[in-house]
Amino acid sequence: MSVEARERRQPWILLSPALGAVALLLLVPLLFIVVYSFWLRSAVGPDTAGFHLDNWQRALTDPFYRYILFNTLKIAAITTFFCALLGYPAAYFITRSSGNKLILLLLLMLPFWISYIIRTMSWINILGSSGALNTFLLSTGVISSPIQMLYNEATVILGLVHFLLPFMVLNIYVSLDGIDTNLEDAATSLGATRWQAFTQVTLPLSLPGLAAGGLLCFVLGAGTYITPLILGGPRDAMFANLVFEAIITQLNWPMGSALSLLLLFVLGALVALYNRYLGMSQLTKGLG
Amino acid sequence: MAGSRNMGWAAIRAYTILVYLFMFLPVAVVVLLSFNQNQFGSFPMTGVSLRWFEALWNNDAVMRAFRTSLLLGLLTALISTTLGVLASLALVRYRVPGKNLITTILIAPILVPEVVLAVALLLFLNWLGIGKSFALLLAGHVIFTLPFVILVVQARLVSIRRDVEEAALSLGASPVQTFFSVTLPLLMPAVAAGALFAFTISFDDITGTLFWKPGGVETVPTQIFSMLRNSISPEINALGTVMIVITVGLPLLGAAIARRLAMKRGM
Repeated sequence: MSVEARERRQPWILLSPALGAVALLLLVPLLFIVVYSFWLRSAVGPDTAGFHLDNWQRALTDPFYRYILFNTLKIAAITTFFCALLGYPAAYFITRSSGNKLILLLLLMLPFWISYIIRTMSWINILGSSGALNTFLLSTGVISSPIQMLYNEATVILGLVHFLLPFMVLNIYVSLDGIDTNLEDAATSLGATRWQAFTQVTLPLSLPGLAAGGLLCFVLGAGTYITPLILGGPRDAMFANLVFEAIITQLNWPMGSALSLLLLFVLGALVALYNRYLGMSQLTKGLG
Repeated sequence: MAGSRNMGWAAIRAYTILVYLFMFLPVAVVVLLSFNQNQFGSFPMTGVSLRWFEALWNNDAVMRAFRTSLLLGLLTALISTTLGVLASLALVRYRVPGKNLITTILIAPILVPEVVLAVALLLFLNWLGIGKSFALLLAGHVIFTLPFVILVVQARLVSIRRDVEEAALSLGASPVQTFFSVTLPLLMPAVAAGALFAFTISFDDITGTLFWKPGGVETVPTQIFSMLRNSISPEINALGTVMIVITVGLPLLGAAIARRLAMKRGM
């Protein structure tokens, strides 16, 4: 074999295990559940193969499913909004701070290493009936019996914001850090106030980072089922909870397939839209 | 003018401090309460005690979950890092046609919501005859840690200069020799970072794990989850503290050792 032919083959040999794994463990399984979503669950024995539209019809027309889907998107949107509101000034401060940028960044990365379930359940210690806040209010005499603060939609959003905020800050930071500070100085020297310089120069230039962080927060938030299970009440189910219910509790795998695909399409459409206008590179920049 | 700027800056600083408090205070409370002597494990704290850690140590279910999580994390890190390093080498070191498409395919597992990935993998492998099992858990953890390993390793790999390898080759080393005695040592920090990342993500995962784990098998997060069903107990806080030490302490220790080694080599 010539050296050139070997050069050409080598990368494919190196790539084949990873590509093979993704194909076998993700791509083919995704195609498989597309097929599976047209099968029917039978009361006894294995699911009936075939081409039935029943699951899809139910997934798309059942008012309960539609309500949960709408609610999920609403929760994800509110979460994203609060992540941006909390995250932008923090990211701006880190970028422009003269001192311990490294420590601030390291602290920011720290939550990535702290388990998601622990960060979620930590709010029970704060807001639970014997948690820090109730204990404080009781001891100061503001209230005479503990208030029920947990297990509602607001605490689900709180938990999600707490979980997703680092993704937002990191993405905005990456974007802000790449902006030449001279641009803002130039704007002020030409007569703009600092606020004008910020809103007309820095903010627009950092929008790609804001958008990348927003996409991540939205997609990760909309795909969760653990946070509603821990911090939500019985009526605060999100769409992924329906998937979990169908697959694990009801063992209705064909229906579960249709519901997961519906979630994938809705969130996939968002990612595609983002990719169409902003490209994927900003996203991987923030992740790396 | 300068005054208003300073005031604005002070406001942003105060805001940022609040944001950091928001992120860390709840976690700090978990750690604090795990040392609580009070038998209900809630406020007010009555004293410092290690009784909840002792209770953990004597809790068979928790210790079993720990062993499962450790084994799963180590195997995931081993497989995922091997696949990821090979793929990153190909992408950074060779001219591969369709590189963008390949990269997109390789990071696809984090573009697909984890719930969907979990369902697809469970149903497909079950159809192939592999039901809920440790093997399924491992397959799942490998596939969704792989993109992170590839992103981390690729980022480091770009900064290693090609000409060092070319020098080795031109001095008569074979490509395999070059890889093991030049490329791999230079690559080690990237490999370690990738492996650590894969281990931590696997050790923390619950979203996919709840779909894939067989009945009776628990990892640490699923164990915490099932303990939460009753109510929050100081034992859960203690378990949380141990997990924080493992997933935060290990990387910090790793970074410190790496820095020390680098300094030694530098001198």
